[in-house]
Amino acid sequence: MSSGSENIKFHHALNVNDDLCTGCTHCMTVCPTQAIRITGGKARIREERCVDCGLCYKSCPVSAIFVEQDDFNDIFKFSVRVALIPSVLFGQFESRIPVAAIYQAIKNIGFTHVLEVENLCGTISEGYDRFTVKNPSVRPAISPYCPAIVRLIQVKFPSLTGNIIRVKPPTDSAAAYLRKKFAEQGGDPGAVGLFYVTPCASKIASVKSPVGETASLINGVINMDFLFNRITKALREMNSDQEWKDRDPHPSPENILWSLTRGESAGRKGRTLAVDGIRNVSEFLEQLEESEQSDLDFLELRACDESCAGGILICRNRFLAVERLNERAEAAAGESRESGTESTGIKEPYNHNDYRLGPIEPRSMVKLDDNITEAIRKMDKVEQLLRVLPGIDCGACGAPTCRALAEDIVQGHGTVSHCIFVQEWEIRSGRLSLEEADRINSSVWGEMRNRRSQKG
Amino acid sequence: MTLNYSISGGDFASAGNASSAVKSILKQLNIDNGTIKRVVISLYEAEVNVAAHADNGTITVDIDNVSVKMVICDSGPGIPDIELAMKEGFSTASAEVREMGFGAGMGLPNIKRNCDLLNIKSIPGEGTELNIEILLNQAKPTER
Ligand SMILES: Nc1ncnc2c1ncn2[C@@H]1O[C@H](COP(=O)(O)OP(=O)(O)OP(=O)(O)O)[C@@H](O)[C@H]1O
Ligand code: SF4
Ligand SMILES: [Mg+2]
Repeated sequence: MSSGSENIKFHHALNVNDDLCTGCTHCMTVCPTQAIRITGGKARIREERCVDCGLCYKSCPVSAIFVEQDDFNDIFKFSVRVALIPSVLFGQFESRIPVAAIYQAIKNIGFTHVLEVENLCGTISEGYDRFTVKNPSVRPAISPYCPAIVRLIQVKFPSLTGNIIRVKPPTDSAAAYLRKKFAEQGGDPGAVGLFYVTPCASKIASVKSPVGETASLINGVINMDFLFNRITKALREMNSDQEWKDRDPHPSPENILWSLTRGESAGRKGRTLAVDGIRNVSEFLEQLEESEQSDLDFLELRACDESCAGGILICRNRFLAVERLNERAEAAAGESRESGTESTGIKEPYNHNDYRLGPIEPRSMVKLDDNITEAIRKMDKVEQLLRVLPGIDCGACGAPTCRALAEDIVQGHGTVSHCIFVQEWEIRSGRLSLEEADRINSSVWGEMRNRRSQKG
Repeated sequence: MTLNYSISGGDFASAGNASSAVKSILKQLNIDNGTIKRVVISLYEAEVNVAAHADNGTITVDIDNVSVKMVICDSGPGIPDIELAMKEGFSTASAEVREMGFGAGMGLPNIKRNCDLLNIKSIPGEGTELNIEILLNQAKPTER
């Protein structure tokens, strides 16, 4: 559970298993915030830069990057055990498996309640409307939905933090809703455990160190691939006479699709845009910073390709997952058309005190120094270094690009001798001893890889 | 520190590259967002003017802890009546071009509005030189 108060440390759900990591640099080169360096032959993630997008996890050829999770048995510490499920979970299963059977399977593995977090999306939409009306000059309003994007904006586009809509995303809203409902019923709040099933690392990080919230209302996080296995097992063990009749509220057809690309923007009025994929988002935000786009009303930004269907903990092909969710939404729309009733789902009015998100602080990682004079001095130094470095971004220095090494150097991490080309020249011209070069190379690549020191 | 860029007449696709690069550097220098916006808007308008009205241009950007100074120098037709060119809505663009939304005659006035110092020198038939200075927020006289 989160400690609340000030989060000086940023919790990250992505970790490196040193026993498996070979320091191959794959993750370092794909990281969109240049958060990874190789040190001692192992990948090291820089906390303040990482936004938990998970590209490193996908790129690792030896699965050395792992996503931490809470112990599943923690749920049994509570007498009321709620699984907070994102609708994208249902995209993990083939169409022939009924949604109700999956609900039942989740209960069979130990949960007492299941709530699809998209049930709260109607409430959240009202919150968006309120924000739009109250802040007429804040355009485009940016969705607070994807935690990796919120963090990306904080570190890389700090001037846009004020554009993020301050309404809790579905998971947090669902948690707030349930906490309130259980409190109204009386009873011991400590007996209620809320567990979120996550499609990605960034949601874990945001539960463990929430941005714009003092403390999380969620007790633990379960990775979707883990739960997928448990559910599949439970489905196979299900009795044929087991009753699947489910009385749980389901999200409306539109909200079933909320976590997919255009799931949010489709329902917004005015000029809207949806961008998925963290590199696409970065590119778009660069542009947004430069040209005033005040006639753009709403921006949906998602870190993953195909949004949450492409989350790193999703087991099934993302396009098949999208297909299944579309089918479900269509079926739900058809049902409510036939019965003439409005779709089910929770009709909770937006209450600002319950569903508001606190301020989202900028925390720029791009600035070289707080002091401008000092920053200019460092920038001049970076430019000087770039004239010496080869400019081929080989990664042999343990930094992703020559520029990244130059910036590391001016910040006091590393030396120009970390560059193998410069090093060669320094050795030839007698400026650097072989021993010193070996020491540097071992610090980057570890004793194992540094063959010269092994021979010597 | 000094930065150099170039821009060619007619190359609208590249107009904005210099202002974009300068933006990234100003962010790294921890310069406040308001100042960055003013620099980006001014430089962008000047870039587009070279692309639209001149043949070739060079851009020099000087940054210190007091201000950002930009010199945009082009070879081209020059501006015969600078005072007139500075008027909001004045443009030599044809009616057809204006219909498409270009040539609103707002570029130079927009630069004027966003900078602290603007100096235009032009020799008709030879070219134009814009000197733009934008004070960093904390260095603004009123806020000192
Ligand atoms: N670099 C230049 N070389 C030659 N003429 C120029 C140059 N810059 C501006 N002018 C002249 O000054 C006029 C006014 O410039 P201004 O940028 O204000 O408007 P515009 O470029 O015509 O339209 P807008 O910038 O609103 O699209 C232009 O129409 C053009 O005749
Ligand atoms: S798009 Fe969805 S799955 Fe991907 S990081 Fe954002 S919230 Fe997580
Ligand atoms: Mg113009």
